[in-house]
Amino acid sequence: MSDHLTISDLNLEFRTRHGTVRALEDVSLTVRRGEIVGVVGESGSGKSVMAYSVMGLSDAAADIKRGSIVLGGMDLLTTRGEAMRAIRGREMAMIFQSPRTALNPIRKVGRQIEDVLLEHAAIPRRDLKKAAIAALERVRIPDPERRYNAYPFELSGGMCQRIMIAIALACSPSLLIADEPTTGLDVTTQAVIMDLIRDKSRDSRMSTLLITHDLGLAGEYCDRIAVMHAGHVVEIAPTDVLLAHPAHPYTRQLLAATPTPDSTIDTLSSIGGQLPDLRRELPPCRFSERCVRKMPQCDLPPLPWTELSSDHLVRCRVPL
Amino acid sequence: MTALLDAQNLSKLYPVKGGAKGSLLHAVDGVDLRIEAGECVGLVGESGCGKSTMVRLLARLIDPTSGRIFLDGGDVTAVTQSQFVASPERGRIQVVFQDPTESLNPSFRVFQTIADPLKRLLKLRNADDIAAKVYRAAMLVGLPRELVQRYPHQLSGGQRARVGIARAIVVEPRLLILDEPTSALDVSVQAVILRLLADLRARLGMSYLFVSHDLNVVRLLCSRVVVMYLGKVVEVAPVEQLFANPRHPYTKALIASIPDPARRGEARPRLDGNPTSPISPNPNVCRFQSRCPIASAECRTIMPELRELGGGQSAACHFA
Repeated sequence: MSDHLTISDLNLEFRTRHGTVRALEDVSLTVRRGEIVGVVGESGSGKSVMAYSVMGLSDAAADIKRGSIVLGGMDLLTTRGEAMRAIRGREMAMIFQSPRTALNPIRKVGRQIEDVLLEHAAIPRRDLKKAAIAALERVRIPDPERRYNAYPFELSGGMCQRIMIAIALACSPSLLIADEPTTGLDVTTQAVIMDLIRDKSRDSRMSTLLITHDLGLAGEYCDRIAVMHAGHVVEIAPTDVLLAHPAHPYTRQLLAATPTPDSTIDTLSSIGGQLPDLRRELPPCRFSERCVRKMPQCDLPPLPWTELSSDHLVRCRVPL
Repeated sequence: MTALLDAQNLSKLYPVKGGAKGSLLHAVDGVDLRIEAGECVGLVGESGCGKSTMVRLLARLIDPTSGRIFLDGGDVTAVTQSQFVASPERGRIQVVFQDPTESLNPSFRVFQTIADPLKRLLKLRNADDIAAKVYRAAMLVGLPRELVQRYPHQLSGGQRARVGIARAIVVEPRLLILDEPTSALDVSVQAVILRLLADLRARLGMSYLFVSHDLNVVRLLCSRVVVMYLGKVVEVAPVEQLFANPRHPYTKALIASIPDPARRGEARPRLDGNPTSPISPNPNVCRFQSRCPIASAECRTIMPELRELGGGQSAACHFA
């Protein structure tokens, strides 16, 4: 499989009144064609910042110091304005965390799908409505002709998330970024939505970046998982390998803290300490202050990438 | 033996504005719930099933439309809700709310927050007594002494969760109602709080009603689980039995929806469609039948009652 999205050595800072936040440091990640890659980590680890910089939707205070983001041969960081607008929606699309706030509350959901089609697909105006209804049908919304006329507040959370997916998939993008697509939804609805995302990825060989804090969810749906901590990608591996043989101490602790059907209250362990303040001077390994395996050599720069097997990379001097 | 808490035929019906004349929203509809002394009961179900209404009813924050609640054999529904909130009885049932940030008064220091129920419910006036109890509660929840004079915004999410728990346990309740106590927390912090809750129950001998949508978390703490669907209890079972052998089709769907990395890529039965409206539902129709994979003609003419299946398990399904 060829690489479809390649993020290499991405360094991103936020200038704030209280100092410079080094939100991403040397982040590298690839998504191959048709693959679902999960990005997991605690809140504040930089998952969403990375997703927004791929979409070119970063905050005005964000400053990309170094690195590149390449999608199918196009360098996204040098693409600006209208050219970027053309890529967004057609080549890549994003599903946002809370569908109810991401949708326009005073516009019928059918119209919101038409907006995307009008902007990016060469569809004659008279066929727009038919195309929008077809898009609703593709995300298995029952009674699509009637739902076309609904406003977001008239639909349940799960239904709104399907509308978001319909909008994202309307122009058959080659890359989908799903930022916590099921947070706040019921487990039964979550399962339906995730099945839908997986089936669409499989059917159209769409590459998917799934951002989640739920390792269990990533474990069920992703081909590979990248673990982020304090603005670093600390480990990337195929899902089975990562879950069975985590090499980074943080990954192992994250797994031990996630309740599974087999865990008991005594086997469940927590991760000591907190994410470091990203405004201050940080050691090469940003996990070292929380790490139980810290050695003197951990403070020597630079922090290396260790390749344990062709597909299993870890940023730790003393991997497990 | 009398149970610690015994709710009998509890209902809460809300009149619907602008609906058909006399239409009522059945938030909780004829629910029986027993909690023994020292027991931890889980309450699960999707959003809108009446979990939160149950919490408010049992905590006497709202008056039930009908039904009675006995605490230690005494009828707490005999007095009105406004009389109840000022009585020392109030202190015997305490609630830990969902979002530790939203449920703390931002202008109260931690000390004031924890001392408040002591003054209001136990009518303590002596400053030394109050301070002694506040610091003991803070110690029990593992809150360092120096944080007691801080404001909520100066605390981390995990520390705020501890303050919410300290406030609830300072009056030494018999029953602690936990309404999604960890849903706003990262897994790393969630693990600490869950262990703290397990430890507190063992040390203080309280009973818990643990409301959650995360079945893997419920499994860790609870010995018995109550499953609700659209205002009705559909299944009650000891926790291991519920996971090993769920009898109600809704419980089956709920358990099948838990993300499970071991079943990656597998197509599993999903619960699709929308629940029926809780507004004046037909009393002779099973509430779940519109989404049920095994619904038959019987389900549309007779509402199944909760019935004993042996081994402490009961389910409200004709085919259980």
